[in-house]
Parts: sequence; structure tokens; C-alpha cells
Amino acid sequence: MTRLALFGGIYSNYCALETALADARRRKVDAVYCLGDMGAFGPYPDRVYPFLHEYGVQCIQGNYDNSLAGGLADCQCGYTDPRDNHFARISYNYTFRNTSEENKSWLRTLPSSLSLQVEGCRVLLCHGSPRKMNEFLWESTSPDAFLEYLLGQSDADIICVTHSGIKWHRPLARDRHFINVGVLGRPENDGKMNVWYTLLSIEGSVVEVEFIPVDYDFQRLAADMKAESLPKEFIETITTGWWTTCLEVLPHKERARGRF
Amino acid sequence: MNFPEVALTHLDNLWFQVSGTLCNIACTHCFNNSGPNIRTFGFLSLEKVREEVESAARGGVKEIFFTGGEPFLHADLGDMLSFSLRHAPTTVLTNGMLINDRIADRLAQIERSANYSLEIRVSLDGYTEQMNDAVRGQGVFRQALAAVARLSQRGLLPLVTIVRTWGDAEEISTLEAFSSTLRAAGYARPRIKVLPALPLGRELERSADTPTDTLLTDDMLEGFDHDLLMCSNSRLVTDRGVWVCPLLVEKPDARLGSTLADSSPSYALRHNACVTCYHYGTICGNISSLIEGPAAQPESDTGRLS
Repeated sequence: MTRLALFGGIYSNYCALETALADARRRKVDAVYCLGDMGAFGPYPDRVYPFLHEYGVQCIQGNYDNSLAGGLADCQCGYTDPRDNHFARISYNYTFRNTSEENKSWLRTLPSSLSLQVEGCRVLLCHGSPRKMNEFLWESTSPDAFLEYLLGQSDADIICVTHSGIKWHRPLARDRHFINVGVLGRPENDGKMNVWYTLLSIEGSVVEVEFIPVDYDFQRLAADMKAESLPKEFIETITTGWWTTCLEVLPHKERARGRF
Repeated sequence: MNFPEVALTHLDNLWFQVSGTLCNIACTHCFNNSGPNIRTFGFLSLEKVREEVESAARGGVKEIFFTGGEPFLHADLGDMLSFSLRHAPTTVLTNGMLINDRIADRLAQIERSANYSLEIRVSLDGYTEQMNDAVRGQGVFRQALAAVARLSQRGLLPLVTIVRTWGDAEEISTLEAFSSTLRAAGYARPRIKVLPALPLGRELERSADTPTDTLLTDDMLEGFDHDLLMCSNSRLVTDRGVWVCPLLVEKPDARLGSTLADSSPSYALRHNACVTCYHYGTICGNISSLIEGPAAQPESDTGRLS
């Protein structure tokens, strides 16, 4: 059996990253993958990189990494709402200013996807979707047939994505799977402060997906965010578990489950 | 003159002109000239909708939309939405005026029993009665707000769509004014989607200074992300056949066939309206499923494990 730990969207949450990586090591996983977006939202963006290197995390580029690496003017997050864009600008400008040239250079070396052969299973890792780095794939707006189309186009048995910020798993016909591995950077808009990573176990044609809650020191992160004068709306999300920004990208079902 | 040809990459978005051009009001900016007694396009049958939903689902459609005219004029709309939601997330575009308590109850029941999201997009054109009704007609403001409140009371969060008629400087304050109006009407968590005004239909007559002489050229599309063009990912089913997109429904040359299966796979962009997507992207879709932005690189590195 091969067990992989997968996560995305660190969003500079080095506290959750450290806790998640220690947990994955305790579970003796065979490899750890990060599906992109190391920076954004949180404080001290450079603090995540030593953990990624120390634990040998294999990373791909998210839209944020693509922007930072290319010196682009915005995060390519895919928002259209003016308020969402306002907060995205604050976050991106802070992250760009506080990410070292060395780390930006490293981000430039990352691939935008990874194809793995795991026990005969073809696994594709990408950030948004196989066709767009910043396509939002939500559980309530991703029909089975559409996911099967993406799997077919990609010649994959399992596709893992992140980007949207909320985890889900869809088993499909012929032992195929589509997984949004969730994010470590901020909670899931459910009033709980923990974040999530994904454990993917493959043994022959048997695939198991387990979402692992990560209870980390969110008060420490919130204090850092305050010290860095990051928006109080961001801090509120970390300390309450409810999204206060990026709300307009949520489809109806996911939005209705939240508070705002 | 050669017009740039755009092929359908994948049918992500399937649109139904479910009530044709029949509408209970006649907005001054209506891009397809819908209104009372306007039957340029007629109603679609439930059977036709089912057939085309199934056809699109076989190809992996991502999202389905019902528009008009006013979709709630169609007696079978509820059954169509239920059927559509079995296959894909579904959106209905409405002026809200016909959403009474009985219909709001039905919509809430449909939404609760679906795995995919149901989006109800209610159009509004001003945050005061005076502003809105100048565009949409007398009494429309109050009825639309009442519909939004009815939906909200039942746990539904309609997406209020507004055509942009203000400048950048007023963007935040205008949206806040809309939010305040909606909250005061009983919609505690308003969701708003802003659309650009389209230089089409009655809007063309209304805003005479809108430039209309711009056509797309091959040069303009060189290096341009074709995913931003609706024609690369969408089709519209009407009672008179399949059209390339909702915006071109009044152009006979934009008819591509009688069914999705027999429709031409590409279209030459020969209309001013095509510039809309070039400038604004696929505005007709929902924000939650836009696919703008950097492409994932097809050539991927290969890591190997055990």
C-alpha cells in the first residue's frame, strides 16, 4: 500500500503547515505533496519554505506562486467582485513584498502539474483543474459527467486539485476518483478553526481517501497577523472559522452553509 | 472580409431560451428585445429540454442555464429545473416578479433535494424604486424585492444581478447601496453580480453613443485566451434551433443547427456583440465557475513512487 499526504493553499499559515507535516510524518506516509499557493492571506510568507524543504514536500505551482514567480501585478485568483478584489490586492501586495527573491526563484522552478504512477494508478496533481490553474472546482458545481470528462482528457484514474478552499471527494465509475484536497491556509467556513489535509491510500485498485483535521495554534497565527497589520477580516476568519472575504466565488450550496 | 473562427472546445455551459422572448416586462436595456406579446422565439417543451440536457450530460456539461424572456412564465419550469439538477448545477435568470409564496416553496424544495447548486439570478437595475423602475417598468422594484425576501426566508440566497451604469469611483458605494436596499427588504446576506451594459437590442437605441463599429479580427485574437469567449464553451437551445450564444439570438447566421448533436462545431465572429466577451470575458456565467486565467501547462513533470 502507498499512502500520500496531500494539501494545497498554505496561504502563509506556517503554524498549520508545521502541525500537518508533523502529523503526516507520525503516520509514516510515503510522500507529501503540496498543490500550490504557498503565500497569501497570512503573515511572514517566507516562514513556510523551510518546512517544505525540511520535510521534502514535492510542490507544484498555484496561481499565487505563478504570480509571485513571474512578478505579476496580481494573484490571478479569479475573483470578479470588487470587495473580494480589494482584499486580494492587500494580501498579494503584502505577500509579494515579504517573499524573498530566493523563494520567488524557487517557485519559478516548480511544475504546474505532476503525473504519478502509484501502484498502477495514474494520479494527476494540479492546482485548480487540469485545464486551468485557477478554475474553481466546487463540490456543488462539478457534475459527475464533467469530472469524468476531465479524467478522460487527462488520461488519469485519480485527479487531485485544491484552489477553491473546501475539500471534497467524488468516487466515480470504473474505480476513478476526483479529490479536492482542501487547504491548510484557512478554515472551511464552517465555524471550526481547524484546517484539513488529505490522506490518499492506494493498494491495487482499492483507493481510500481520508480527510485529516489539523488542530493548530491559530491564536499564534492571529497574533502574528495582527502584528503585521493584516486586515481584521482575515484575522476574524482564522479565529472564528467563518469566511469574511472571497465570498462571492462560492456557489449557492457552499455559500448557504457559511455565516456571511 | 474574413472573420475569426472559434471552435467549441467543450460544452461547459448549456443555455435554454425556455420562454422564448416572451416576458412580462420590457426593460429599456433588454439585449434580446423580449417583452409582452413578443414571440420571436417561443416556449421550449419539457421533452426538448430533457433531450438536450441528456445529450449535453453525455458530453460532460458543467453547468445549465434557463433564460428568456421570463422563464417563470413557463408552467413546466419547476420540472425542468428538477430534471436539470439531476445532471448539473443549474441557474435560472428571472425578474422575480412571478415568484410568489407557492413558487418560492417549490424552489426551496427543489434546491434541498438536489446535490448540485441551484442559482436563482434576480435582475435589478437600481437601489431605489425610482432608479430601477425607470429601466424595468413601474412596480417592478417592489415585486423583485418581495421575491428576493421570499427566497431568503426559505434559506435560498438569490444572486442579484445588476447592469453596471456607474463609474469606477462609485463602484464600492453603489454596491453598498444595493446591499443596504436588499438587507432592508429582508435579504440578510445579499449576493450581487455586476454585468456590463451590452450594446445590443434596446440598449443600443437607449445609449446612442455606444460604439458599435468594432469587430473582432484575427490579430486581436492572436494570443488571446479563447476560453473567455462564450462561443468556445457555450451553446443556446431555442425553439427554433441551437444558437452559438445567448447574445446573438437575434442574428440568423448564429443559428448552428436544430439540435446540439447536429450543430456546427465552430462559428465565425462577425458581430459587434462578439467584442463584449473579448472585453469582459464570459459575463453570462456564474462567478463560481469562471475559467479565466492561466492555463495549466499540458506538459507535466513525472514523479514516480514505489
